[in-house]
Amino acid sequence: MAEPYQHKIANALGDPKLQLAIYSATGRLADGRRRTVSTEAFPDYQELRQHAHEIKKHTLNHLDFYLQELERNVEARGGRVIWARDGQEARAFIRNLARERATNLIVKSKSMTTEEIHLNEHLAQDGIEAVETDLGEYILQLAGEKPFHIIAPALHKTREDIAHLFERRLHAAHETTPERLTAIARAALREKFLEAGIGITGANFLVADSGMVVLVENEGNARLSCSAPRIHVAVSGIEKVIPRAQDLGVFLNLLGRSATGQPLSVYTSFLSGPRREGELDGPEEFYLVLLDNGRTKVLADAEKRQSLYCIRCGACLNNCPVYRKIGGYSYPWVYSGPIGKILTPQFMGVHQDPWLPFASSLCGACAEVCPVKIEIPKILLALRAEITEAGIQKGGMVEKLAFRMWAWLMRHPRIYERVAPVAAAAASRLPRAGPLKAWLSQRDLPPLARRSFRQLWRERRK
Amino acid sequence: MNSREFILSRVRAALGRGAADPVPEPPPVLLRFASSPPPDRAEKFRSALEALGGKVAIVNTPGEAGAYVESALAGRRAIASQAPILEACGIDSLPSVTTEHSRQACAAADASITSAEYALAETGTLVVSAGLRDSRMVSLLPPCHIAVIERSKILENLDEFLDVCRQPAAQSSAVVLITGPSRTADIEMRLVRGVHGPGEIHVVIVNNVTAAPSYASEET
Ligand code: SF4
Repeated sequence: MAEPYQHKIANALGDPKLQLAIYSATGRLADGRRRTVSTEAFPDYQELRQHAHEIKKHTLNHLDFYLQELERNVEARGGRVIWARDGQEARAFIRNLARERATNLIVKSKSMTTEEIHLNEHLAQDGIEAVETDLGEYILQLAGEKPFHIIAPALHKTREDIAHLFERRLHAAHETTPERLTAIARAALREKFLEAGIGITGANFLVADSGMVVLVENEGNARLSCSAPRIHVAVSGIEKVIPRAQDLGVFLNLLGRSATGQPLSVYTSFLSGPRREGELDGPEEFYLVLLDNGRTKVLADAEKRQSLYCIRCGACLNNCPVYRKIGGYSYPWVYSGPIGKILTPQFMGVHQDPWLPFASSLCGACAEVCPVKIEIPKILLALRAEITEAGIQKGGMVEKLAFRMWAWLMRHPRIYERVAPVAAAAASRLPRAGPLKAWLSQRDLPPLARRSFRQLWRERRK
Repeated sequence: MNSREFILSRVRAALGRGAADPVPEPPPVLLRFASSPPPDRAEKFRSALEALGGKVAIVNTPGEAGAYVESALAGRRAIASQAPILEACGIDSLPSVTTEHSRQACAAADASITSAEYALAETGTLVVSAGLRDSRMVSLLPPCHIAVIERSKILENLDEFLDVCRQPAAQSSAVVLITGPSRTADIEMRLVRGVHGPGEIHVVIVNNVTAAPSYASEET
């Protein structure tokens, strides 16, 4: 494993306050999910998951067709579609739009896709202020940090941290109740909403048959971002499209329950184009930026293509024993947890962080809770095979030899029985050095039994 | 090659598809709902929204609805939309109520009063759509939102809504499902109501309204 990550992981593990914060936040989200998808609460849950999987499969297998249908329908409603090969093209479009419309204030609602292309940092370099308006994201922006979790981005911040941050950055009074802190943020952001020239959102779903962008949220900042400013820009990966508005029945029933245990989130907006003739308000211009940024590369692999079915609900993070210990900052890219483990190597290439797909116990909890049934463990194994075959993950020689010896021993029980007690006695005294040290740096060595099962069995039968 | 052509051709290459290759039918639409009788639906709506911290009143006549709204406002400045049902309930002529709809007026008001296209019983949801009578801002900027709807507008759930309204985009540029007060749990997972949208929600269900024509839906 690369050095910086060993440190990050060690830091997370060694911080009891952080451990408690991650444990309780993910635990609560996971409990909420479990309650709302139980057989009593939601008898059709398994059928819906399978159906969601089938719809995503069909759509991605014919993605060119649905993207063009989407484009036609967005344009029929007076919106425009911007195709962006990568982050640079998406950013250039937004920067030029801001310049042409003479605005340097943008309000943004939470979007992992814009995190992916580092939109805010680049806009800031061009003198354009992009303000995050989801409360958690706003806190992180003021603190200069990245989201810790897809759904609960600031779960690692305590109310004291936030109180100090608001004092320092907003010159607010020292308040420590979540209610008062929220009120401070509401007031500060209200002004930004009413002043901003452009509102940028992501998209939870894009609907081909109606040209709709669907946004799901609890706070109301996405509604404000897409309605208050004169221009609305939605930035979305090309994989977010679904065929029909009626398919939202399946996806919306799954998303809120899987993410936070809500049968429906507070606000679900069906947006189609700019304000229409006769409507009282709404943006005058609407743009949908369709981003590739590596997605077509993932699409090309028929087995791993399903990684693109993800609806970013966060359930796999909340139920992952690894994420729940090491937290969101121990992963190399914006997407963390099990989904991050399969997306990062596919987007960035397996060479960049080859240790990542190996840092899993393959327990399968992620696949069990995924609302679109992505086979995450299977994809992890495929990535491991790729990395091993390419000979990227070095230092495996000793490990391989050790396992070969183990396999041979297991096939020769008589010899095993003689060797095992010796090994058991020796194991506790082994020097923690060389390859063994590296192997044990992330593992505990369980004490070996003094007497083998076979021995005990024989004694019993006597 | 422009970016559009570039991306589309990469998608086709990744899938091994030609530009003119046929596309089979997508999996069938799956919508699940069983309609319960209207009085049960109103009760179901009430318990769902109350569980989220909203308030629900079920009344018999427009006059009772007007009286509920007046007492809920308790003198607060409110903006009423131009929905016919509000007029029928006499809400637009309450003393602290105006129908001025500008963004400044919405930002300054303590409360807003609108109707809704539909309500969804299972989840306690209101379906509002921006248009001639309601702005996008009116149900969003003031800290309190009161909606008055006819009982016959209550549908079972989201699935029935998508069955009745196959194409929300045909209604308006912004159709919004509102399920309870605006909320966040971003600070230590503690629930706080009223972040950017209203923290206080009232829904008045009127059993008998004669003066409210049903919303024309443009199906595709
Ligand atoms: S991989 Fe599945 S469980 Fe994880 S965030 Fe995506 S949709 Fe949710």
